[in-house]
Amino acid sequence: MALKIVKGSIDRMFDKNLQDLVRGIRNHKEDEAKYISTCIDEIKQELKQDNIAVKSNAVCKLTYLQMLGYDVSWAAFNIVEVMSSSKFTYKRIGYLAASQCFHESTDVIMLTTNQIRKDLSSPNQYDTGVALTGLSCFVTPDLARDLANDIMTLMSHTKPYIRKKAVLIMYKVFLKYPESLRPAFPRMKEKLEDPDPGVQSAAVNVICELARRNPKNYLSLAPLFFKLMTSSTNNWVLIKIIKLFGALTPLEPRLGKKLIEPLTNLIHSTSAMSLLYECVNTVIAVLISLSSGMPNHSASIQLCVQKLRILIEDSDQNLKYLGLLAMSKILKTHPKSVQSHKDLILQCLDDKDESIRLRALDLLYGMVSKKNLMEIVKKLMLHVDKAEGTTYRDELLTKIIDICSQSNYQYITNFEWYISILVELTRLEGTRHGHLIASQMLDVAIRVKAIRAFAVAQMATLLDNAHLLTGNTQHSGICEVLYAAAWICGEFSEHLEDPMATLEAMLRPKVATLPGHIQAVYVQNAAKLFSTVLCGQEGAPADSKVAQETSQLLIDRLPVFVQSDNLEVQERASCILQLVKYIQKLQQKDVEVAEEVTALFAGELNPVAPKAQKKVPVPEGLDLDAWINEPPSGSESEDEGRKTKGKAVFAREESRHTKPRYTEVDEKELAMRREVRKAEQANNPFYIKASPSSQKVYQEAVGVEHIPVVQIDLSVPLKVPDQYVKLEEERREKNKADRKKKDKKKRREKGRQRRGDSGPESEEDITPAHMVDIVTEEMPENALPSDDDDKDPNDPHKALNIDLDKPLADSEKKLPVRTHRPDEVLKSPIEDAEGLEVTSEPKKKSGKEKDKERKKGKEKKKKKHKQEEGEDLMEAGSEEPVQSKVTNDVAAQPPASTPEASDLDFWLSNAPVPSDPQEAAAVTDAPPASTPDAASGVAAVVPDSEPEETKSSKHKKKKQKKEKDKKKKHHHHHHSDGAREESVQNGTVEDEEPLPPMSNYAMLAENSYIKMVCDIQGNLHDGSQVVVSVIFENKCDSFIKSMEFNVMDSLNSKLQRPEGAGPHDSLTVPFHLPPGISSEARFIFSVQSIVMPQKLKGTLTFIVKTEDSSTHEKLDFKLHFTCTSYLITTPCYSDAYAKLLESGDLKGSSLKLEGINQPFHHLLARICFHHHFSVVERIDSCASMYSRSIQGHHVCLLVKTADQTVSIDAKCDEPGLLRNVLDEIKLTFSQC
Amino acid sequence: MIKAILIFNNHGKPRLIRFYEYFAEDVQQQIIRETFHLVSKRDDNVCNFLEGGSLIGGSDYKLIYRHYATLYFVFCVDSSESELGILDLIQVFVETLDKCFENVCELDLIFHMDKVHFILQEVVMGGMVLETNMNEIVGQVELQNRMEKSEGGFSAAPARAVSAVKNINLPEMPRNINIGDINIKVPSLSPF
Repeated sequence: MALKIVKGSIDRMFDKNLQDLVRGIRNHKEDEAKYISTCIDEIKQELKQDNIAVKSNAVCKLTYLQMLGYDVSWAAFNIVEVMSSSKFTYKRIGYLAASQCFHESTDVIMLTTNQIRKDLSSPNQYDTGVALTGLSCFVTPDLARDLANDIMTLMSHTKPYIRKKAVLIMYKVFLKYPESLRPAFPRMKEKLEDPDPGVQSAAVNVICELARRNPKNYLSLAPLFFKLMTSSTNNWVLIKIIKLFGALTPLEPRLGKKLIEPLTNLIHSTSAMSLLYECVNTVIAVLISLSSGMPNHSASIQLCVQKLRILIEDSDQNLKYLGLLAMSKILKTHPKSVQSHKDLILQCLDDKDESIRLRALDLLYGMVSKKNLMEIVKKLMLHVDKAEGTTYRDELLTKIIDICSQSNYQYITNFEWYISILVELTRLEGTRHGHLIASQMLDVAIRVKAIRAFAVAQMATLLDNAHLLTGNTQHSGICEVLYAAAWICGEFSEHLEDPMATLEAMLRPKVATLPGHIQAVYVQNAAKLFSTVLCGQEGAPADSKVAQETSQLLIDRLPVFVQSDNLEVQERASCILQLVKYIQKLQQKDVEVAEEVTALFAGELNPVAPKAQKKVPVPEGLDLDAWINEPPSGSESEDEGRKTKGKAVFAREESRHTKPRYTEVDEKELAMRREVRKAEQANNPFYIKASPSSQKVYQEAVGVEHIPVVQIDLSVPLKVPDQYVKLEEERREKNKADRKKKDKKKRREKGRQRRGDSGPESEEDITPAHMVDIVTEEMPENALPSDDDDKDPNDPHKALNIDLDKPLADSEKKLPVRTHRPDEVLKSPIEDAEGLEVTSEPKKKSGKEKDKERKKGKEKKKKKHKQEEGEDLMEAGSEEPVQSKVTNDVAAQPPASTPEASDLDFWLSNAPVPSDPQEAAAVTDAPPASTPDAASGVAAVVPDSEPEETKSSKHKKKKQKKEKDKKKKHHHHHHSDGAREESVQNGTVEDEEPLPPMSNYAMLAENSYIKMVCDIQGNLHDGSQVVVSVIFENKCDSFIKSMEFNVMDSLNSKLQRPEGAGPHDSLTVPFHLPPGISSEARFIFSVQSIVMPQKLKGTLTFIVKTEDSSTHEKLDFKLHFTCTSYLITTPCYSDAYAKLLESGDLKGSSLKLEGINQPFHHLLARICFHHHFSVVERIDSCASMYSRSIQGHHVCLLVKTADQTVSIDAKCDEPGLLRNVLDEIKLTFSQC
Repeated sequence: MIKAILIFNNHGKPRLIRFYEYFAEDVQQQIIRETFHLVSKRDDNVCNFLEGGSLIGGSDYKLIYRHYATLYFVFCVDSSESELGILDLIQVFVETLDKCFENVCELDLIFHMDKVHFILQEVVMGGMVLETNMNEIVGQVELQNRMEKSEGGFSAAPARAVSAVKNINLPEMPRNINIGDINIKVPSLSPF
C-alpha cells in the first residue's frame, strides 16, 4: 500500500503542473488553441484518476484555463471533489476553482452544503477561512438559508480572522436570504464594537453597504456611528462611516447639524487626502440637506469650495478629478459658490486627461445662465471640432444638448440659435446620438411654435443635403435626424417656401437606402407635402398643371417604396400610391380635391409627456388581470402557438387578437408585449412622442398671442451659429439701451423675483428673442402624481428594506433552518482555548419545532449549572439568572421600537446630556451651558427645536430613556438569545425607575477665560495607551487662539508627542475658540504600569485676543489617571465568566457600602458607566459584572444589595489594581 | 463594493481575473478586452479613475487602476468605495505581492496565478475589503503556506524536486523511466 502511494506520487511528478502548462502555452504561441485542447484532454484523463493530488493539480490547471476564457463548468463535480479533500492544500485549490466558475445556476452547488458546513466548523481556522472566502463568491439563496445559522455562530468565533470573514460574508447572506437580516442584526451591531479593529471594520463595511441602499432603516444607528467616528483612528473605518453619514443626512437634517462641527475639525486636522476628501463630500451632503432655510452655513461651504479648489489646482490628476467630482455636488444646491470658479473649470476642459474633461463638462451643466449659455456652448463647439475620440465627442454632444435643454429650455433666449446649433451638430461624423439630436429638433419644433418657420427652412435644407449626412457611413446614427427633418417639413409644411422642391428631395431614389422607420416617415410626410402643394396650386387654377405634375411625381417615385422590404414602408407607400392615383384621376376630371386631401392631415399633434401613458389611472371597476373570456384548454393554445409561429410576420397582430385565449399571460409576457408595442410605436411616425392617436387633441385656432414677438428676417440664410451670437448680442444691447430709459423701479421689482443671477447684467435684462410659448406636455386627466417608476424592480436590495428597530419576535430569534444545530455555543474573548472544542461537538437533531429546541437548550444549560452548584459564592451569581431566564422570558419583551426612535430624536436634538464623551464633543454648537457638568440642570437651547419648557416633562422622559439605551450600548451581550435577555441584564427592566443623567467628564481646570473638562479612557487597541479627551470651552467674549497643551511626564506616563518633538515640548491644540464655543481635543498618553492611579501636572497656555489687544494667559491643571480609566467595557458571557472564576487565578477582595438608598439598577448603571463594567447577569438584587484592563487583567464583581447596604465581592488577577478600583468605586458612591 | 479585479499586462493578456458577480467566460474576456482598451490608451500621467466601460458597471461604477511596469491592476468599484482608498488598497496589494514573492515581477504572476489568488483572498473577500494591514495579510498568507508545506510532507518532495529541476529550464525528462522497482526507504508516510 505504502509503496503504491509512493509510486503514485512519483508517477505524478511527471504530470504537467500549472507551471508546465503555462510554459507550454508560452512555447506554443502559433497553435495555442490546439495545444490547450490537448492539455484539456490530459486534464480530463487526470480527473478520472482516484488520486486526489492528481485531481487537484488538474483543477488548478483548469482555473488557469478559465482565466484564458475557457469554459470549465464541465468539471464542476471534480471541483467539488477537490473541495472536499481533507487536506488544506487541495481544499484551497478546490475552493478557488469553485469561486472562479460556480454561479447560481451551477447545479452541483447543492451538493456542497454539507461539505461547507463541515469546513465552517473545522477546528482549523484556515479551513473555515477558505470555506468562507469561497462561499462569499458563489453563495446561492439555498446555501444562504442552510448556512446562515452556522455563519452567524462564526461571527462570535474566538479568532478575529474568522470573525471578520464571517461578518463580511453575512452581507452576501442577507442579499440572498433577506429573512436572515433581522435575526442576525443585533449581533452585527455588536460587532461594531468588537475589540479587533479588523472585525470592527468589517462590520462597519457591511452595515454601510446595507445602509447605502435603505438608509432610513439605519438612522437609529447614527449615535453609535457618531461615537465610532469620533473615537476611531482607522482611516478605512472613518471613510466608510463618513460616507454612510453622507447617505443618512438627507433623511435627517438634524443629524447634519451635529456632524458639521466634527467633520470640519477633521478637515482641518487630517493629513490623509482620502479622508479629507470624504469629509468634504459629506459636509457637502450635509449642506445640501440643510440648504433650505439655513443660510448661515456659508462658512462651511466656503471651506469646502476652497479645499476643493486646492484639490483641483493640484498637480496630481487624481485629486483634480475628485475635486471636480465633489464640486459638481455643491453645484446642485449652491451654484453661486461654484460659479465664481468658472475660470478654473473652463481651464480643465483643456486638460489632456479625458476623465477630467468629462467631469469639467458635468460642472458646466450647472453653471450656465441665460447670459453665458451661448458663450459656453460656443466653447464646447470648438472642443467638438478638436475632439479626437468619438466617445468624448459624443459626450460633448450630449452635454451641449443637456445644457441647452435643461429645465425646459430655461436658459435659451434665442431658439433660432439653438436650431442652428443642432443643425451644426448633425455634421458630426460617426456619432451615436443622431436620435438625441432628432428628438431635440422635434421637441423644439413642436413646442416652440414661434420657431416653426425657421425650423422648417433649416430642415428643408437638411433634407436637400441628405446625401452629406448619409454619405459614406450607412449605419451611423446621424441619419436619424432625417427622420426629424422629414417629419417637421411634412407636419409644418405651410411654412415651407418651396414645398415642391422639398417633396422632390424626399422622393429621391437614394432615400430607399435609409433605415425602414425613416423611409416610413418620408413616405407619410411626402403625402402631407403633396396636400400642401395641392392647396397652394389650386388657388390659382391656371397652375393645375403643376398639381398634376406633382401627382405624377409621386406616382413615379412611390413604387420604389412599395417594394420595400420594410412592412411599414410598404404599407404606407401602397396606400398613398393608390390615393394619389385616385386623386390624379379626379384632377384629370378637373375636380377640386385640395380641400379633401388637406382634411386628411388636419389638426395639430400635441406633445405628450413621456410618462403620460403610464399615468393613466385605471378606471374604477376595471380589473386588468381578469379574463375577458375564460381561457381555453391547453391543447388549443398550443395550436395557436404553432399557428403564430408559422406566420411570424403577423405574430404581433395575432397575439393581440387572440390574447384572451392564451392560457398563461403572466407578467413577464405582458411586459414583453408592452416592449413590443413600445418598439412598434417608436417606429411609427404616428406615435411621435408616444402620443397615442386617441390622445390626439385638436387645438382650436392658434391664438394671436402665440405668434412671435420679434420677427427675424428669414431670408438671411444663417448657417454659422456665430452670427446668431452676434445678432443676439446686438439685440441685447439694443434692449438694454431701451430698458435703461424705462422706469427703474419696475426693474428692481423684477430683479427680486429672479432665481439667481451671476453678473452685473441681470438675467431678467435679457429678454428672449421670442415670446417663447413652450407648450407643456400633455398628461391624461386624473394622472397619478406619484413618481414611483424609477426603481428597478430587480434590485436585490429591495428585499432588504426591513425595519431593524422593531424588537425581535420570539419566532424570529432563530433563523428558520432545515437541519438543526445545538444551541449556539457561547463564546467570549476569555474563552480562547476552549472555544473550539465546544463548537465542534455536533449534535444532530431532526426536530422541526424551534420552540422545543430552545426549551431543550435551556434545560441543558440548567443541568450544566446544576452540576456546578455548590461551588463558591461567585458561582451562584452567574448561575441563578439562567434559572430566572425562563420566567423572565415573557415579561421582558421590551417595546424597543418606540424608545429607539425617540432615542434618536433625543440624540439629534442636541440636548445636553453627554453621557458619552464623544457626544459631548458634538454639542459644540449648543450654547456653553450645555457642557457636561452643567448638563443635568439646564435645558437645551437648540436652534430649531420647539420651545423647550413646554415639553420639559416629556423631555425628561426621553432623556432617561436615552440614558437607558446608552447603557444598552455600553454592555455587549453575546448571548445567543441576547436580544431577549438584554433588558434583564441591563438592570433596566421597563417598570423600574428611570436613571438620573450621568456624565463621565470631570472638571479639569477653569479660570475666567476658559474651562477644561476631560474624560480618560483606555485605548482599545493598544495596551499601553490612554486617550484623554479634553473639552475646551471659551467662557469669555474674546477669541482664544494658539492654545498649547503640555504635561510634565512621569516615569510611568508620558504624553505622546509627534516625532521629532522634545520630551518637554507642548502640543498645539488644533483649533481656535471663538467666544462661547467649546471644542474637543484628544491627547494620547503612553502608560507603563496600570496598577496604581496617578496624577500628572500640566499647563495650558493660550492667547486671548480682543479687538485691540492680545494677552498671553495660562491655566494649570492636574490630570488624574484613575485605575478605572485603564478599564475597558468588555462583554462577557455567563459561562465564560464562570470558567474564569473557576480557574482560580484570581485574587479576591471585598467592599461594603452603607447607606446607599438608590435603586439597584441605578447603582449598577453607575458602576457600569463610571467604572467601565458590563453586567454579566443580574437577578433581583444580585448582579455579576465584568471588566478588563487595557493590559488584559480580568476584573469580576459580584454586587449584592440588602437594606441600603451594598456589598461588593471582587476578584482580579492583579490585587493592586483591584484594590484601587474598589477604592474608586467607593469614592463614586460616597459622592452621591 | 468591488465588482471585479483584473490584472493584465501591457498587451492585454490577463494575469489574474476575479469577478465578484457572475459573468460567462466569453463576457469576461470581452470585459478584459474593453477594459484594456480603455486603460491602455491613457498616459501614465493622467488620473487613475475612469468612468466604467459599457460592459461592466454602469453609471455607478468606476474603474480605478494603477500601472506598474508591465502590469495593469484594475479594480471596478461602485460609489460606496472611496476612490483614493482603493488606490491605496491596490498599492497595499502590490506591496504584499512584493513581500510574498520577493521582488515580484510579471513572471511570478504568470506562473503562480493560484498563489496570487490566495493572497488576494486575504485582501478582498466577496467584493468587500477584508484587510488593509499589510503585515496582517502577509502573516496570514505565510501561515497558510506553512500549513501547506507541512501537509505536503515527504510524499510531495519528489514532485517538488522535479518541478525545481524543470524550472531551471533543463530539457524535459523522458517520461518512461521505470523507477517503480527502486527500493526507496520511506521513513514516514503521510497518509492520504
